[in-house]
Amino acid sequence: MALDRCADDPRPFIEGAKATHPSLIDTEHRLAELYHVTNVPTMIWIDERGRICRPHDSQFGTDTFSEFHHKHSEPYLEMLRAWVRRGEGALDDDESRRLQPPVTEESQLARAERALAWHLHGRGATEAAARHFARAGELAPRDWTIRRGSMPIQGENPFGPGFFELAGEGAPEYALEGITPTRDAETDATS
Amino acid sequence: MPQSFTLIDDGRADEVQATIADGRVLLSDEVVRTTLGWELKPEGLCRGDVCVPVRNRGALAQDAGLDLEELARVLDRPLAIDVGERAAALAEPALDRSAALHSLLAPDFSLPDLEGRMHTLSEHRGKKVLLIAYASW
Repeated sequence: MALDRCADDPRPFIEGAKATHPSLIDTEHRLAELYHVTNVPTMIWIDERGRICRPHDSQFGTDTFSEFHHKHSEPYLEMLRAWVRRGEGALDDDESRRLQPPVTEESQLARAERALAWHLHGRGATEAAARHFARAGELAPRDWTIRRGSMPIQGENPFGPGFFELAGEGAPEYALEGITPTRDAETDATS
Repeated sequence: MPQSFTLIDDGRADEVQATIADGRVLLSDEVVRTTLGWELKPEGLCRGDVCVPVRNRGALAQDAGLDLEELARVLDRPLAIDVGERAAALAEPALDRSAALHSLLAPDFSLPDLEGRMHTLSEHRGKKVLLIAYASW
């Protein structure tokens, strides 16, 4: 599920991967709303009965950005194979509940503000959209689906200075730790 | 004089008629019933068998319709509103979303693929599913 502006944003990744699984486009952030996802990538396991059995893992399928987030994909992929083949690694219900990031009045109001901002952006009301994106970000300062996700919508580089400023405030509840700017990224951002 | 107003709920944007007066957005009973499913009755705001008590009926029910902000407050629904742009968005109450997630039943959804073909999570019942939220950003 790509939380992107349009199908063309993730198209190169989807076509490049030649994936046989469904690769879906989520411009309205339905997944973020329904599962309270606050950053990407987020992995969620659902068992055969349709029950969440491992919520909100911040994990990666490749090592492309390992130097940023200090996570490696192989241990997670191994865990995933063990679950698929042998049913290992599913969490019990209490643990799964404990790992759900808390939903608050503010985080829900932030989703309403984001939905309104996205709609206003779509009809060309850019200034009004910017106000509501900003309000959403104030209400949910650690929600990167809102704060970082709205950067490309507003013409800002999501790998630029704004992102490193955001990362400097601290990571989302369940996500990346220890992100520091690299020379390359800073150069990209100003070019 | 009613004018066009966009009401976003549950990922869907509806164009409705609303009266805007003194910075307030007023929706007719008909609009509230057809777009949100609620109806103001003597016992409160009702949808199906569920009725929510309305303490301040005067604030909710105006001459030109139901006050949107008051309606959201009574239903405990977070509301983002831009009167100037004539648009508003509702979100799920935090308690409802929290309870849904704590049930551990994976919320169902339908989303399009690159070709616009819709896929629904519940079609995969009986198999393990890995949901990956990612983005180009």
